[in-house]
Amino acid sequence: MTVFAFAFWLFAIAAVVAGLMVVVSRNPVHSVLWLVLAFFSGAGLFVLLGAEFVAMLMVIVYVGAVMVLFLFVVMMLDIDFETLKGELARYAPLGLLISVIMLLQLGMAFGAWEPGEGTAALRMSPTPEGVTNTVALGELLYDRYLYLFQAAGLILLVAMIGAILLTMRHRKDVKRQDALTQIYRKPGEQMSLKNVKPGQGL
Amino acid sequence: MIGLTHYLGVAAALFVIGIFGIFVNRKNVIVIMMSIELMLLAVNINLVAFSAFLNDLVGQVFTMFILTVGAAEAAIGLAILVVFFRTRGTIEVEDVNVMKG
Repeated sequence: MTVFAFAFWLFAIAAVVAGLMVVVSRNPVHSVLWLVLAFFSGAGLFVLLGAEFVAMLMVIVYVGAVMVLFLFVVMMLDIDFETLKGELARYAPLGLLISVIMLLQLGMAFGAWEPGEGTAALRMSPTPEGVTNTVALGELLYDRYLYLFQAAGLILLVAMIGAILLTMRHRKDVKRQDALTQIYRKPGEQMSLKNVKPGQGL
Repeated sequence: MIGLTHYLGVAAALFVIGIFGIFVNRKNVIVIMMSIELMLLAVNINLVAFSAFLNDLVGQVFTMFILTVGAAEAAIGLAILVVFFRTRGTIEVEDVNVMKG
């Protein structure tokens, strides 16, 4: 077995086992950690396929940002996970049945699949020779798919605004600093001299 | 020799595992979202595998767009989850239909 085949089977088995553990794990924190392993294995598969840039993007965006977000939410919310579990036995038979049927259908589709005649001529942008993956991807992305790239940025902007808008709340019971009233205070209105007679209060 | 079919097989297995996860963890929204992320990973593996074996770079470009949409979806979904937990005190999916929207 070559090193390539060994690496492929290692990453493939790790990805599938980690995915299975995400689903059947009882503790959501364990699920998130297994999902991190699944994404790392997926990134390894991408490297084997010669797509280094997407692999690194996978590690940075998914493992570095999205999974940390998941972990943060799982740990921040005080959720009683005991009440949420315990239905594995009830839904597992139906889920297994549908899963096996879908797997068979996908296997039949992939088993019978082969590229049609003349598909090589229909390719939108054949992989250029002699250029690294990142350079080729960058030239494609900033040239032909520039507007799509901008739209992706817009999606991220909308998601950011939406997330902030959804989770922001104004708490009435917390005293906040109001800079404007502080600036508009005048010394004359804040201080006054009182002539206090001896033996009397104000 | 590792061919296109091997990668497609891994992707199909991951996709089906994701669907199975949605069936099994019907109550826990967080695990449902993680199953959706698994399915997105499977689709990404499919796109990159076809891109590599057909020598067409567009598949990798679209993988990046899937990545973007997946990140946005996770952010919005978790934000909704946090708001829901704040008002209801639980994340059970069966309680979500209280508003009958």
